[in-house]
Order: sequence, then structure tokens, then C-alpha cells
Amino acid sequence: MQLITVAGSPSVGKTSVILRVVDLLRRDGLKVGVVKLDALSTSDDERYAGHGIPVAVGLAGGLCPDHYFVSNVADCLAWGLRQGFDLLISESAGLCNRCSPHINGVLAVCVVDALAGVQTPKKIGPMLRLADLVVITKGDIVSQVEREVFAYQVRLANPGARALFCNGITGQGATALAAQCRQAPPTPTLEGSRLRFPMPAAVCPYCVGETAIGETHQRGNVKKMRFADRAESP
Amino acid sequence: MNSIADMPLDALLAAHPCVADFIAALGLRAPEQPLPLGGWLALLADEDLLDAGMERGQMLAHIQRLIDEVQAMAAAAGRRVGSLTLIGGRDKSGAPEAVRLTVQAGEVLCVVGPTGCGKSRLLADIECLAQGDTPTGRRVLVDGQPPGDDQRDALDRKLVAQLSQNMNFVVDLGVRELVTMHAQCRMVVDPEAMAEQVIACANTLTGEQFSPEVPVTQLSGGQTRALMIADAALLSASPVVLIDEIENAGVDRKRALDLLISGEKIVFISTHDPLLALRGHRRLVIRNGGIARIIETSAREQRNLVRIEALDAAVMAIRERLRQGDLIEEDVQWPT
Repeated sequence: MQLITVAGSPSVGKTSVILRVVDLLRRDGLKVGVVKLDALSTSDDERYAGHGIPVAVGLAGGLCPDHYFVSNVADCLAWGLRQGFDLLISESAGLCNRCSPHINGVLAVCVVDALAGVQTPKKIGPMLRLADLVVITKGDIVSQVEREVFAYQVRLANPGARALFCNGITGQGATALAAQCRQAPPTPTLEGSRLRFPMPAAVCPYCVGETAIGETHQRGNVKKMRFADRAESP
Repeated sequence: MNSIADMPLDALLAAHPCVADFIAALGLRAPEQPLPLGGWLALLADEDLLDAGMERGQMLAHIQRLIDEVQAMAAAAGRRVGSLTLIGGRDKSGAPEAVRLTVQAGEVLCVVGPTGCGKSRLLADIECLAQGDTPTGRRVLVDGQPPGDDQRDALDRKLVAQLSQNMNFVVDLGVRELVTMHAQCRMVVDPEAMAEQVIACANTLTGEQFSPEVPVTQLSGGQTRALMIADAALLSASPVVLIDEIENAGVDRKRALDLLISGEKIVFISTHDPLLALRGHRRLVIRNGGIARIIETSAREQRNLVRIEALDAAVMAIRERLRQGDLIEEDVQWPT
């Protein structure tokens, strides 16, 4: 079975793009399933089900969604194998621009939204910089000028990746994306596999439910801001 | 082997501004004292790398690729396309579309037909340089050859630029800022001068002048379209331009087309505006999803175009007087 990780900020159009691509892949006779990982709630499983695509949903709830992802991705793979899929796509939202679900040896796709502004590619972390394939959505409603500047910024942010425009509404560009997906390397197991980059660190009292504000509650992995008007403390 | 890890960082940053941008985007600061890139990376604290979101080896490989990529973009910047060939597929009923059409640089083709007949589909096929892999089965050749994969989806080296009614400026930047940014990413030698030229040109296409400082999102419909056309003609790298209806936008259409033709572009316009449709060298009549007919603009049509232009100028003059607050009470005289 092939595994593909698809990540992108909320509302960039991940689900629409995946639906377009899966429709094309299924036309070739491939059996495709989707795992949707989200933070609090999702209704995207209904959209997949509406297209007759088998879908499993994971909600991270109070946990960091990416830590939740990496703790569950092997189970997702096992589900896909049990279902006899040829190809399994995991869809997860990068909520803090710092997370990245990408795994060494597994085709990694990052979806970005051309509406987000030309500086955005610079601001997205490993999710974009370490992806193999960058998909730009909503390119049909911004000017050609912004499209070209945005594409250029994506290239500078990740010069190793293939980048392409894909319109989730009309499906324009989905053919090229589906062709890339077909060439994804097989992932028979994730045992021993590694993430491309460590997940964001999150080990402080607030991770485990602290709500009180103040110095005495700040223990563990705490980092303080520096202000220009104060001498740097050692 | 001469690895970039051994290169002094200050020389690297001076030679490649893209590397300086990248390091700044990671939230890192280059050291004051001269160091080789590899030495600097080794000195960085692990915590800083975790914050930056990349490991040392990943950063090194990234910087190498970045330099290669920018050089490849600069090398590709001046590329031209001499011709585009469209090979017919099938219409909506599956009947074969017996067309093989070659369009040369500097030629304007208009696409006509009722709503829903497949005009946008044709433009979409050209846009993705279809290779029999779209619903119409059409194929597009570039300079007589099937395009390579890199030509099909290398997005900032894309052969085809699009201008459609749905497109808008959305970014929160001034006109000069955005166009300069575009010129920079097109590897233009003097981006500021190029931006001035594009803006001046756009101002000749629209009746309402705009200043370089105005935010792009505040431009009127006509100003927006004028800036997009001027940019496509002078700055866009794409040798093929697809235009989906530019009428009713307060743009000097004649001048706009002349501008695109003088830039040696291959232009496809979906339009029923007589001023545009008759100005094209040929027009494609679309019916039921297929090209039903190719019409060469005849000498008689060109003579009619001159009359229609005179009529249009008369209407435009009335429009201008209305803008000035004039009364239109005299018996209007139409040019004959």
C-alpha cells in the first residue's frame, strides 16, 4: 500500500483537492481510503463518504493534533491494510505553522492557499519546507501577478519540491497531482520510520491543564520573550 | 570537492540574497565574524534549530538547492515560444474534433460561442498544455513538440498566463510594491525601473489614472484589468496569454491588444466584444464542446471594424462628458 501525508493550514482546501485526486485515482481502478485528523470537530468525513470514499476520523481534542497524528499513524496504516487499500491518504491541519506530519520515505504533500498572501510561504515551517510536493489552491481568483509571486516564494521556501496549482472547485491541475500520487513509494510498515523533523515541543504545566497565569506556574519547557527596552537577561 | 559548507558565509550572503532571505525567514541571524557556512551551522544551538524547524543537514541541502534553483530561474527567464499547436480531441457528444491549428507568436485568436459551449474548457486545455489527459482529449504542442513535464507544471516558469474576470488583487500591498516584487522574481535587472514602466503603461490603458502608491485592492475594475494587462505584456515570463472577457471594464482594448502583440505573445481571448473579436487574426467558433469552425478575419470585417471603432469612440466621448457632469441634450450624431 502507498501512504501519502497531506498537510496544510485550516481552510486552504485540502479536502476539496483530495476529493478531486481520489476521483481520478479511482477511475484508474485504485482502491483509495482517507484518514482525516482534526483538532476539535470535522464534517469532512461526510464529504468523503458522500463520494463513496472510505474514511476514518481522528479528533485530537485536548492534545496537540500533530502529536496525536504521530501516535496514531501506524494504526491508520494498519486500518488501511485491513481494508485492502492500494493507497491511503492522511489529511491533517497544521495549526501552528510549525507542525509537520511528514515522514521519511513517505510522499509528503503540503497544501497552501494563494489567497493567504505572498509572504505566507516564508512563514510556514517544516510542513512546507520539508514537503515533496506543494499544492497551491485558489490560484484562479487571485491575479496572475500574485500567482507568480506566490509560486516564486513557494520555490524559495522549498526549492527541492515540485509545486503545482490545483483548483479544488474545478479540478484544474488535479491530473498532474494524481500522476504524482500514483508514483508514491510503497509503505508496507511504519515500524522504524522517522518523522522528517521533531514535532513542536510542548511540555509545560499548560500542556496538562494549568490555567493560572504568573511566574510560579511557569515550569518545565518555558521560553520568555525578549523586549528591546530591557537589557538581555542571562 | 568544493562544498558550500566550506564557503565563507558573508561571501555567500553577498552573492545570493535568496540565502540571506532564507536565513532571516528561519528567524536566525548571521554572525558578525567571518565563518564558513558549515562552521556557523555547527555553532548554532540545538534549541535554535528546533525553533527554526530544520536540522543542520536539511539547511545545508536546502541552501544548495536554493542557489541552484535561483540560477535555473534566471537562465530560464528570457525563454520565448515561437508557436503553439492545438490538436483536436472530441466534442461533448464524443464526435471527433478535426482540428490541427498552429498559432504563431504575436497572433491573437478569439474564442466565440454561447455560454456553456466549452470556451472555458478550451482555455483550460491550453492552460494545462493538455496531452490527451483532459475530458476533451485535446493535445497542445509547444514549438511543434509535446511539452516536458517540467514545462507543464513548473509553476513560476509556466508558459501560460491567465487573465480572467474572476481574478482580483487580494494582497495588502501598494501597486509599486507588488509590481516591483514581481519584477524581482522575474529576475529583471532593474526591478524599480521596470515597475515604473508597467505602471505608466497601465495608466495609458485606463481612463482613470492611478498612483503607484495606491493599494492594489483599491483599484477600480478598469484599473485592475489595465494593470494586469500591462504586467502580462511587459513583465510576465509567460509567452502565452489567455484572456477571459475584458469588455466593460473601462480599458482601452485596442491599445491593450497592440501591447500584447508587440510583446510577441500568443493571445487567446474569449470574447464577443466586436472591437476585440474582429481585431483578432482568427476566431474559433465553439459548439457543443468542440471547435466547429475557424474564421480568418476578412478584409471586409476589418473595414467594418474601423466603423465600429468610430461608433465606439463616439459612445466613449459621451461617457467622458457624463463623467465631467455635462448634459447630453443635442441630437447625437453617429459617424458614418
